[in-house]
Amino acid sequence: MKRIQINHGRIIDPANSIDRIGDVYIADGKILSVTSKPDAFEADIQIDASGQVVCPGFIDLSTRLREPGQSRKGTFKSETLAAASAGVTTLCLQPDTVPVIDTPAVAELIKELAEKAGYPQILPIAALTQKLEGTELSSMLSLKQAGCIAVGHANQPVKNLLILRRAMEYAASHDLLLMLRPNDYWLGNNGCAHEGALATRYGLPGIPEAAETIALSQCLELAELTGCRVHFGQLSCKRSVIKIQQAKNDGLRVTADVAMHQLHLTENDMTPFDSAYHVLPPLRTEADKQYLRQGLATGTIDGIASDHQPHDLDAKLGAFPETEPGISALETLLPLLMKLVVEGALTLPEGIAALTSKPAEILGLRRGALTPGLSADVCIFAPGSAWRIDEDNWRSQGTNTPYWGHTLKGRVTHTLQAGLIIHKSA
Amino acid sequence: MAGNLQLTSEGKLKHFLTIEGLDKALLTEILDMAESFASMSDQQVKKVPILRGKTIVNLFFENSTRTRTTFELAAKRLSADVLSINIATSATSKGESLLDTIRNLESMFVDMFVVRHALSGAAHFIAQQVAPHISVINAGDGQHAHPTQAMLDMFTIRQLKNDFAPLKVAIIGDILHSRVARSEIIALNTLGVAEVRVIAPKTLLPAHVETLGVKVFHNLNEGLKDVDVVMMLRLQKERMSSALLPSESEYFKCFGLTEEKLKIAKPDAIVMHPGPINRGVEIDSKVADGPQSVILKQVSNGIAVRMAVMAMAMQPQGASL
Repeated sequence: MKRIQINHGRIIDPANSIDRIGDVYIADGKILSVTSKPDAFEADIQIDASGQVVCPGFIDLSTRLREPGQSRKGTFKSETLAAASAGVTTLCLQPDTVPVIDTPAVAELIKELAEKAGYPQILPIAALTQKLEGTELSSMLSLKQAGCIAVGHANQPVKNLLILRRAMEYAASHDLLLMLRPNDYWLGNNGCAHEGALATRYGLPGIPEAAETIALSQCLELAELTGCRVHFGQLSCKRSVIKIQQAKNDGLRVTADVAMHQLHLTENDMTPFDSAYHVLPPLRTEADKQYLRQGLATGTIDGIASDHQPHDLDAKLGAFPETEPGISALETLLPLLMKLVVEGALTLPEGIAALTSKPAEILGLRRGALTPGLSADVCIFAPGSAWRIDEDNWRSQGTNTPYWGHTLKGRVTHTLQAGLIIHKSA
Repeated sequence: MAGNLQLTSEGKLKHFLTIEGLDKALLTEILDMAESFASMSDQQVKKVPILRGKTIVNLFFENSTRTRTTFELAAKRLSADVLSINIATSATSKGESLLDTIRNLESMFVDMFVVRHALSGAAHFIAQQVAPHISVINAGDGQHAHPTQAMLDMFTIRQLKNDFAPLKVAIIGDILHSRVARSEIIALNTLGVAEVRVIAPKTLLPAHVETLGVKVFHNLNEGLKDVDVVMMLRLQKERMSSALLPSESEYFKCFGLTEEKLKIAKPDAIVMHPGPINRGVEIDSKVADGPQSVILKQVSNGIAVRMAVMAMAMQPQGASL
């Protein structure tokens, strides 16, 4: 295995409270040393990182690669290339593949596909219930043994609270983390936009905040009852942040993330009926956005997810309510993080922590840091480098992003996964 | 922002998708032109050659009698060739997508689509997808807009009340699901009426309805006070089964327009309804057929207003007025 020396970069490693210019030394796929050169170290590869940031590779808490089952939308090959080019070195795969990740066989298949794509660090989230139908428990222990990092329910609400209770009890028995996007099925009412002024004006079926906050409150109660560790994903509104803070104050073992686009876009940014903005949970108000940013800055919200959901063109062609929700989001992750930093919502080290050490902590992974001995997952990026979101620069099969055609700043130049260079910008 | 798509770079009407984004001058132009067409109906020969040689396709993905026939008549009186497609029996029920249907018709050298669809935004979507020479008229999309209905109502109001400025208008019933109400509210506010009210139980009002520029009432007696124009909305029967209302009779008791209730409004108030009416549910027959009702006038005005909109939208494409 190659010995790599990354020179003169601004090393930001939040887990070790490092933020200084220096070199990183890598050998045998592991971090060997940061800043001080080990004795007799001879690099096979030198990477000049001057003027760039060197940080741990990003860990994405919620991704869809669309395989198995929906390769017209994305494949392991296309989407892991997108992930690598975005500086993401570990990603959690939501269970709503076809077939659903509810048996060890599917989890094994995913491992195989990941190896074949040359991107082994894919962590499947197992379905909490069989076929995500919310009626029967999945074989969680076997799924855990087959490599699943947690259990979850993708976009499907668990309608029956008794089943959710049992599932949480069972997950807790095996010390499995539950990753849940809170969403009450009935209150969601098949809506497609935030229940606010815009949905009213455009006659779009609305999703009230209460669809999220009520499901969140119920699940918090059940977390207390069952002792299950719960991570709430893709929160979208102010009142959810308040509830998470309260739960943390009460000593509950809960964590939360927000999708990157929720920190930037609101209902007011929606071009009328432009399906690129059709996403679940829906884009909400300016006040929600500001509160989510604040929640992140104060640590109430632990991490940021890409919530990457690539789609084929057809999925987004049609009248707004009939189009499929979701944004192809991996490749805008870093540029949008830089935007948060430029706008003063977070410091750069805080932002990097939300994509590295914090997700690692949530998942209980020994990753997300440049600690000697850990897997050499490294992202090197040019924070001020502007690039255009277009065919020439885009790798995901899904071009469904509201940022298509925009020029954003922040570009990954190198991505290393376990000491292998999996991305190098031209 | 919604308006840009429907206007040419010179500010002329290209598509007619929503009232939003159109200014008072343009709405007035539509009304004025409709007036010149309305006088034609009394003549022996009811046709003008404005759209001769043009092909208009009525594309109705949802059932309609009134709207479809008046669009058809309007197109014929403008001398256009008209094709009405009933989608219930056509290819889309065989799984053909909205876009494929449009593409197929486009290749038959169509100049205008008149579209009705059950989903909000369908007309916008079609207008974005069609070839540049084609105009799209929204004949109702989901719960979003029904701009020609709103304009024929404005036409009827202007005919009977002359001036919009002093008017208080109340819209009563299922605002939540009503594309007519949304378009009417925007049209009335653009034309500068004194006050627009909505009267309904909370279950039939969209969230933040006040942001549309209306005063909200949950009580018919309070809402009707001093009103010049009473606009009733149709109540769909299926609202009873979706826990929005307890029963038809209770709805009629609270929000049904009777002769007695109508007395609360101004003595010369007019009563409107976009049809089809549910007698005994939202409106009493005595009112619907009574002296203050202008419901049938609305229907006949629909032809002139639709002629005006079609003629104006085709103007950038070489139709001469």
